[in-house]
Amino acid sequence: MSDRVTVSKTYKLYLGGAFPRSESGRTYPVADSKGRFLANAAQASRKDLREAVVAARGAFGKWSGATAYNRGQVLYRVAELLEGRREQFADEVAAGEGVPAKRAQALVDAAVDRWVWYAGWTDKIATVLGAANPVAGPYFSFSVPEPTGVVGVLAPQRSSLLGLVSVLAPVLAVGATAVVVTSQDRPLPAITLSEVLATSDVPGGVVNLLTGHTAELAPWLAAHADVNALDLTGAPPELRVDLERSAAGTVKRVPRVPTTEPDWTERPDIARLRALVETKTVWHPMGV
Amino acid sequence: MGGTTELTDVTRDEASLRRFLHGLPGVDAVGIEQRSAGLATRSIKKASKLWAIDTAISMVDLTTLEGADTPGKVRTLCAKARQPEPGIPPVAAVCVYPDMVATAKAALGGAPVNIASVATAFPSGRSSMKVKLTDTEFAIEAGATEVDMVIDRGAFLSGRYGQVFDEIRTIKAACGDVHLKVILETGELATYDNVRRASWLALLAGGDFIKTSTGKVSPAATLPVTNLMLQAVRDWHEVTGEHRGVKPAGGIRTTKDAIRHLVAVHEVAGEAWLTPDLFRFGASSLLNDLLMQRRTQLDGHYSGPDYVSVD
Repeated sequence: MSDRVTVSKTYKLYLGGAFPRSESGRTYPVADSKGRFLANAAQASRKDLREAVVAARGAFGKWSGATAYNRGQVLYRVAELLEGRREQFADEVAAGEGVPAKRAQALVDAAVDRWVWYAGWTDKIATVLGAANPVAGPYFSFSVPEPTGVVGVLAPQRSSLLGLVSVLAPVLAVGATAVVVTSQDRPLPAITLSEVLATSDVPGGVVNLLTGHTAELAPWLAAHADVNALDLTGAPPELRVDLERSAAGTVKRVPRVPTTEPDWTERPDIARLRALVETKTVWHPMGV
Repeated sequence: MGGTTELTDVTRDEASLRRFLHGLPGVDAVGIEQRSAGLATRSIKKASKLWAIDTAISMVDLTTLEGADTPGKVRTLCAKARQPEPGIPPVAAVCVYPDMVATAKAALGGAPVNIASVATAFPSGRSSMKVKLTDTEFAIEAGATEVDMVIDRGAFLSGRYGQVFDEIRTIKAACGDVHLKVILETGELATYDNVRRASWLALLAGGDFIKTSTGKVSPAATLPVTNLMLQAVRDWHEVTGEHRGVKPAGGIRTTKDAIRHLVAVHEVAGEAWLTPDLFRFGASSLLNDLLMQRRTQLDGHYSGPDYVSVD
């Protein structure tokens, strides 16, 4: 096998369930932790981002309308497919993050487990975050958590797979759709994840993954009027205040996220799920 | 193609009409598609884009042609037509079924918006001439200032050009000063050659506008077809000195599409046609996209459907 020629790859975006090149035609080289060339990735432009938001908005009705049970099953299936690509993910994480092979394996396993953990939450969110409210009258009053809509995600810059899964899976679990700007320097696990999602039962457009320069794309995502929430986990620190301010211009939800990347291997809680739902309270007459 | 006298000669009888229409040069299908695709790659940015958006808004025939149309829906449409957004001048016209014309007229209340009504057994055109005439008169009496008629595609496709010609003539006579748009329904004409012939036929018969489609048949307005029709009005102008208009309708939903059409208008017909008097878009959802794109230009960030009215 040693006489085979190495063909370096040029990856594409994942947008609306398809793999287009960037509208701008741009690409940028991706290097491993030691600076050696790995592959080329597409460098998304603001127009790609706009298309991604359109795709996410289009997919929202069907995904949010699916039963919680069905969403759970779809996400479990994604976890199975992730497991099937374990070796590839481990290689990419090891190369990109510069961790030993064993540690990379452990990170991939944790990412799969994290995905399963969030998949399990799909049909429990309404029970835990919703309520049957006691009222002084012949009515029922229910509070129901509903997905917030299109969520813009700036994925963690350092943890390229476990971090990504930890911010993306809760979006899908609540029934929202995502436009993700991946880790700028370590995008390969995200690209492989897009290949997993494309072959899974997650409808096209529910997840859109854009590789490129975070500082270039983030302001457009933050100001886009058709994005309902913004996860700033991977935002460049110097841009964070501006991004929050511009997100406020269209009253986006901006979950509180730590300014430095947390230890993703720690046990998660439901803070991210809670941050991505809107509570709807309805009154209903009894006996009708 | 000679001068005006020759054109009077071609409409003398059916045989000379046929000879003229079949004598029109054949359309180079590959050529017209490539030309359209080439023009569609023009990049229109910044101030030019804003100008194009505002121009496109002023050219919209805001349309609702559904069986489920209610007076309420027509009134909503008229309110939007009068003022698409604060500070924006009205669209060119509203386009409704004849029975809704009176409602539209009352709702517009003298605003500078035309009322276009489809007529002549729209959308199929399958009825007697008597019914078609009555349909047209009904719309005009109710206050329509523009009539969008359909041609009898069955007659056209079987080669009865004289019949189609006479129908358009008769309706035009019934219209008087009212603007007449002739819908060719290009999606049913099968070939580009037929589109060219139908365009000339409608122009010869006195249509003020030629319009691509009813919006009920797919494909509706495509760029190559619009280009062909623009060529026809340009050639008509060269022969007679008269300006006639073009209205693509159906399937134009995005600002990008609209701007591509405007580029084609400028390049194929000429700058003189870049006015609502000579070019219109028959559309409903296009207006919202134009308004969103306009905001994107002015606010510096992308807008969303939550910020425009639900039609």
